[in-house]
Amino acid sequence: MADQEHEWILRLGDDALVLAQRLSEWCSHGPALEEDIALSNIALDLLGQARALLTLAGQREGLGRDEDALAYFRTDREFRNALLVELPNGDFGDTIVRQMLFDQFAVLRYEALASQTVDLELAAIAAKALKEVRYHAAHSAQWVVRLGDGTEESHRRVQESLNMLWPYTAELFEDDAVSKACNEAGVLPLNASFTARWTEQVRAILEEATLTCPESTALLTGGRSGRHTEHLSYMLAEMQVLQRTYPGAEW
Amino acid sequence: MTQEMDLNQRFEAYIASDQKIEAKDWMPDAYRKTLIRQISQHAHSEIIGMQPEGNWITRAPSLKRKSILLAKVQDEAGHGLYLYSAAETLGISRDEMLNALHTGKSKYSSIFNYPTLAWADIGAIGWLVDGAAIMNQVPLCKCSYGPYARAMVRVCKEESFHQRQGFEIMLNLSNGKPEQKEMAQDALNRWWWPSLMMFGPNDASSKHSEQNMRWKIKRFSNDELRQRFVDMTVPQAELLGLTVPDPDLNWNEATGHYDFGPINWSEFEQVVAGNGPCNRERIETRVTAHENGAWVRDAAAAYAAKSAERAASQTSAA
Ligand SMILES: [Fe+2]
Ligand SMILES: [Fe+2]
Repeated sequence: MADQEHEWILRLGDDALVLAQRLSEWCSHGPALEEDIALSNIALDLLGQARALLTLAGQREGLGRDEDALAYFRTDREFRNALLVELPNGDFGDTIVRQMLFDQFAVLRYEALASQTVDLELAAIAAKALKEVRYHAAHSAQWVVRLGDGTEESHRRVQESLNMLWPYTAELFEDDAVSKACNEAGVLPLNASFTARWTEQVRAILEEATLTCPESTALLTGGRSGRHTEHLSYMLAEMQVLQRTYPGAEW
Repeated sequence: MTQEMDLNQRFEAYIASDQKIEAKDWMPDAYRKTLIRQISQHAHSEIIGMQPEGNWITRAPSLKRKSILLAKVQDEAGHGLYLYSAAETLGISRDEMLNALHTGKSKYSSIFNYPTLAWADIGAIGWLVDGAAIMNQVPLCKCSYGPYARAMVRVCKEESFHQRQGFEIMLNLSNGKPEQKEMAQDALNRWWWPSLMMFGPNDASSKHSEQNMRWKIKRFSNDELRQRFVDMTVPQAELLGLTVPDPDLNWNEATGHYDFGPINWSEFEQVVAGNGPCNRERIETRVTAHENGAWVRDAAAAYAAKSAERAASQTSAA
């Protein structure tokens, strides 16, 4: 279980870290100053979650790796995030739809983690994160509604974003040996168990946004086992450049 | 005596007795224009300043540094927001101000037209540029225009945190590996003189000074503030073990100040005129972000209008 647990926490931490890195790319490029601030806020929250989770993952692993060792000295094949969060930002519509799809999942996952009593350290991190992601979820849902029910152009654009991103959502609900072990240990229900509520909530948002829920059953997956899109390696090259150029330096 | 003269006299007397002018108070046109120019330039500087620093967020060398830098750049966006709001109280809209920035009619601090070439530049900017900004801005907390003064109180609180984090980055690098110390020295070499230029032209050639002093928009001269900055910063450079790139720098026992070498004002004028290393990129980035965001702002406005309409028809139906 110890191995699986460390692996499981890495997945949570990498989801948060990779999405934070993507959102931080928006800095100075937002559609309005207020939204620049909001996206940085969300990125900061996610980065805080990532730091806590990676620190815990490193402790559980027991090899002396801290948050920075895990963030800066793993290759893309060793990252465990879902593909959805590593996709390039695209336009604001792509970013906000990705955020909504992820936030709705993150809330459910943190709710479950915060209420279990098997792993109290993880529960404490989840309880703090839950407050944050609930706010993120409200923010992204509100924007999806505004864009979907805004102008003709915004409706068209955001529907395209949704169609493009939808095939990446099924990966969130996949289970494997790691998630099954976590479920048996009582830390977290199976990912599949979140599907119904997630679908219900996302459909409600899309309906209010006057958007059509894609029918696609395509399944783009691989992140949890380290098979990523072409984009992640570039992201990491940028993120890791200083640590890799000056190994052993303190910053 | 005309009514205008009467108002003017009362206005000047009011300011002379250290009272605050508020948005609804009568004020001379020139006072209003000067403030709009100054506050909007200040706001533009905050948001253009996000770019050179934002340049290193994705490459910050630890997650802690990344988080501090992201928070700092976010603060600068917040400063821009408070300042645009303060300027709006004078009867100009944010759109008008942004338009003036995008078309080059309105300026921003020239310092942000220099590139951030290394991580150490993030340290140097926090230490020197935020440090110089504090020198300039603390007196503005007592500016005669109330909304500006109050915005500056909030801004200054955060600026001192910015300066500390910058100094801490420099300290870390200076105590680090030889390559890191070299990186810190190189950043100081590149940012020192532009930081001194941030205080503006020498007093002898400064255009707006005298009236702004009387109106209590400005309380100290450019040269006074520059001297204070040098006096404060040189000992800090010594503490870091770095060399200030000025062969003429010398402690003057008689004056109790540091003497320093002549500033290259032709470089300053070049950068102000738009020929600095990054002028074009900074504005282009800003304009592109604004243009790419147009459909989003339009959608938000359309949605707000629809929602208001729905709410109204619900009330009238009820
Ligand atoms: Fe600022
Ligand atoms: Fe600052």
